[in-house]
Amino acid sequence: MVQINLPKNSEVQKGIYYQDKTGSKNIRKVNVYRWDPSNGKNPREDTYEVDMDNCPSKVLDILNKIKNEIDPSLAYRRSCAHGVCGSCAMNMDGKNGLACTKPHSEIEGDINIYPLPHLKVKKDLIGDLSGLYKQYESIEPWLKTNTKVETTEIIQSQKDRKKLDGAYECIMCACCSTSCPSYWWNEDKFLGPAVLLQAYRWIVDSRDDERKERLKKVADELKLYRCHTIMNCTNACPKGLNPAKAIAELKKMLATS
Amino acid sequence: MSSYKIIDHEYDVIVLGAGGSGLRAAVGLSEAGLKTACISKVFPTRSHTSAAQGGISASLGNMGEDDWRWHMYDTVKGADWLGDQDSIEYLCKEAPAAVIELEKYGVPFSRTDDGKIYQRPFGGMTKNYGNGIVQRTCAAADRTGHAILHTLYGQALKHNTEFFIEYFALDLLMKDGECKGLIAWNLNDGTIHRFRAHSTIIATGGYGKAYYSATSAHTCTGDGNAMVLRAGLPLQDMEFVQFHPTGIYGHGTLISEGVRGEGGYLVNSKGERFMERYAPKAKDLASRDVVSRSMSIEINEGRGVGKEQDHVHLHLSHLDKSIIESRLPGITEAARLFANVDVTKEPIPVVPTVHYNMGGIPTNYKAEVLTGNDSETVPGLMAIGEAACVSVHGANRLGSNSLIDLVVFGRAAARRAAELVKPGTPHEDIGETETEKCLERFDKLRNSNGENSTAELRLSMQKTMQSKCAVFRTEKTLKEGVDDIRKAYDGMESISVKDRSLVFNTDLVETLEFDNLIRQAITTVDSAYNRQESRGAHAREDFPKRDDEKFMQHTIAWCNGKDSKIGYRPVTKTTLTNEVQYFPPQERVY
Repeated sequence: MVQINLPKNSEVQKGIYYQDKTGSKNIRKVNVYRWDPSNGKNPREDTYEVDMDNCPSKVLDILNKIKNEIDPSLAYRRSCAHGVCGSCAMNMDGKNGLACTKPHSEIEGDINIYPLPHLKVKKDLIGDLSGLYKQYESIEPWLKTNTKVETTEIIQSQKDRKKLDGAYECIMCACCSTSCPSYWWNEDKFLGPAVLLQAYRWIVDSRDDERKERLKKVADELKLYRCHTIMNCTNACPKGLNPAKAIAELKKMLATS
Repeated sequence: MSSYKIIDHEYDVIVLGAGGSGLRAAVGLSEAGLKTACISKVFPTRSHTSAAQGGISASLGNMGEDDWRWHMYDTVKGADWLGDQDSIEYLCKEAPAAVIELEKYGVPFSRTDDGKIYQRPFGGMTKNYGNGIVQRTCAAADRTGHAILHTLYGQALKHNTEFFIEYFALDLLMKDGECKGLIAWNLNDGTIHRFRAHSTIIATGGYGKAYYSATSAHTCTGDGNAMVLRAGLPLQDMEFVQFHPTGIYGHGTLISEGVRGEGGYLVNSKGERFMERYAPKAKDLASRDVVSRSMSIEINEGRGVGKEQDHVHLHLSHLDKSIIESRLPGITEAARLFANVDVTKEPIPVVPTVHYNMGGIPTNYKAEVLTGNDSETVPGLMAIGEAACVSVHGANRLGSNSLIDLVVFGRAAARRAAELVKPGTPHEDIGETETEKCLERFDKLRNSNGENSTAELRLSMQKTMQSKCAVFRTEKTLKEGVDDIRKAYDGMESISVKDRSLVFNTDLVETLEFDNLIRQAITTVDSAYNRQESRGAHAREDFPKRDDEKFMQHTIAWCNGKDSKIGYRPVTKTTLTNEVQYFPPQERVY
C-alpha cells in the first residue's frame, strides 16, 4: 500500500512550552505553528499558556497577547483588526478564517493556530500568497468600457448594481482558495474560488463591454472546471460570500451562451 | 555596515505607500510614462483606505442642487479657518471629475433611481453656505474605501505599475536639502534596497496607533512622517487629531458617520437626543469635533450609558430595514461582531475614538513638500493623503473629505511629478553617508538587548497620548503629556528585540514602527501644549476661544530625538482663482 508522508524537513516537531507566569486561574493552551527560514530547522508547534481573564474576545487578541507579553518573535500578518483588510487570514481549530473576527469562545479545548493550508510558509503564520495575486492579475480586474462620455458617470440601474453585491465585497484574504482541495492539487492552473469570484464580479458588471471575452478567457478545463462544487470555499468565507455560487453562475453562462 | 547586502534600484519616481493616494499617484505616473515603483509594507488591498466606510465627497449634484463653492465653504468652516483656501478650492473644484474618473475605473457606487451615483448626507456638508443639508457624499454602500482601494489596485495593475510589496521603508536619502530616494528593508528575504528617484512621493497615511484607542489599523504608524522628521524637516499642525464620534465602545471599530447620514442619532442615559442642544441646526450631522466634544460633555456630566456611564448610544433601529440592508450592511456586521448588537433592534454603544490626523507633512496644493520656511519647497519630495498636511482639513476634517483628498492630490502629485521629471533622466551619485546612517539605526535596534519590551513602551506611549492629549486638553494635562511622552522615548535606550533574523522579523518591524510613532507623539503633544486657543479638534479648557490674532497660523514642528522645536507659518488667505472669493473667519456654529 502506498504511504504518503511529509518530507522529512516539513514534519512538525514538538516545540517550546511557555508556562503561564501570571498565576491566572483561567488559562487556555494555544498551540501555534512556528517556522523560521533562517535557522534551517524543522517547523515546530509551540504551546503558550494564555491568561484568558485579561484577553479580549477574538483569536487575534490572543496572538497579540502572546506577541506583546510572552514571545515577541511570533510572526503573523495583521492590520485593520475588524475584518476588512484580509491580512490575518489563518487556520484556527482546523478552519480557515480571519483571526480578528473569529471569537475564541467558539473553539473548544486547546486552540490550534496554523497558517492557511497548502501555501508555502514564509515564516510562522505568514503564507506566500504571490501565486494567488498573480492569478488575480490574470483576470484583468479593471473596467473595460468603450464609453465616450467623459464628464458624467456611466448609468447603471439599481438592479444591475445589485448583481455586484456578494462579489465586490471580497477582501482577498484567500480563506476560500486555500480551503479548496482542487486548488491544493492545481494551484498553478485552477484559478480557485477567490479569483473566480472576482472574474465573475467583472463579467456581471453592466458597465463592462468585454463580458464575452472575459467569459471566454476563464472557460478553460483547468482555470474554471477544476471546481467540483465541494463548497469548502463558501463554508470558509469570513465575509459570508458565496464563491461557489458565482462559479456555478459562470458555468451556467458558458453553458447557455 | 557592510554586512548588509544592498540592492540598488533606479526609478524616475517612487511612491511610498499603496493606499488610495499612493495608488492614484502611481496610476497617474505610469500613465505619464514615468518609470515608477510603488513600495508598501503591506499588500496594497490591505491598506487602511479599505476601512473607509461612508463615502467620498464631491458636488456632483445627483441628489439636488450643489456647487463646489458650497463644498469649499463647508470645508473652510469645518477646518475652523486653519485650512489653506487655495488648496481647498483646488480640492473641491477637482472633486467631481475625480469621482467620475473613479466610476470609470469601475468603482461599484450605489445608485439612484435613475442610475446615477448615490450621494448621502454627511456631517458639515451643507447647501448654499450653511443653509440646509446637502447630499454630497458618494457612496458604495458603507464600503466605499474598500471599493475604491480595490479598484485603484486594479488600475495600477492595468498600467503595469512595479510594486515592491512587504518592503518596510527605513529612511529618506537626502543630499544638500534634496530628496534622492529612500532605503527599504525587504521583509520577504531580508535584503536592504536603495531606491534612487528624482521624485519621492510619501503616501504612508496617518499615525493613529500613537493612541491607545483608535479606529486605525495596527499598521497606521505614520512611517513617512517619521522619515521626514529624521531628515530634519518639520511636520505641520500635529496637535489636530480627529476623534470620530462613533467608535464601538471597548473595541474602537469605526461605525460610519453614514449611519447618522441615513437618519441614525445619538442618545444619552436620559434618552435625550442631546445633539439638538449643541447643534440646533445640524444636530447629529454637525462636524466631528463638535459631536465628539458634545458626547464627552454628556459623559463627563454623568449622562453616559452603561455600567461605567462612559459611552453613549447610537440608534438606528428606527430606520427602514431595507435601508439598513442596502446602505449599511458593513456596520451591521461590525456591530454584531464587536458589540454583539443587532442594529435592527438595539442601539450601538459608541465613544469618541481617535480616527484621523489632520496634521502631517506640509505641502502646497501641488503636493510638493515645504521646508517650513515660507513657501520654499524640498526638491524631490512630495507627500499626499493622510500623511500630508496640504492643508485642506485644517483643524478638523469633514467626513468623506479624506477619500476625495486621496484621489485629488494623488492625481495632482502625479501631474506635478510629470512636469518636473523627464523620463529616463540619469541619477547623480549620492555617496554612502546617508545609507550608513540609516543602517546604523536599523542595526542598533535589531541588536538591542535591553530591559524594555517594545510592547510595553508602545503601551505607555499610547496611554499617555490617550489621557493627556485627548478631546479636551488643559495646560496641566498637556504639560504632563510633554514630560511623560519623553519617558517612553527614553525607554528606547534600553529596548529589547528578541528576534535577530531578517525575514519577516515582525518584532523588529514593530520596534521600528514604535521608533516612528514616538517621534510623532512628541511633536503632537508639544504642538498641542504650545497652541493656547481652541480651534477645531484642539479644545483647550483653559483657552476655550479661538484666537485668530495669535493662532490663525499653522504649527510647524521639528523633532530631533526627543527635542522638538515649534514654529508657526501663516495660513493661506487667498484663493487659487477668481472663481471664488476668500471666506474670512466667522464664528463657527452648526
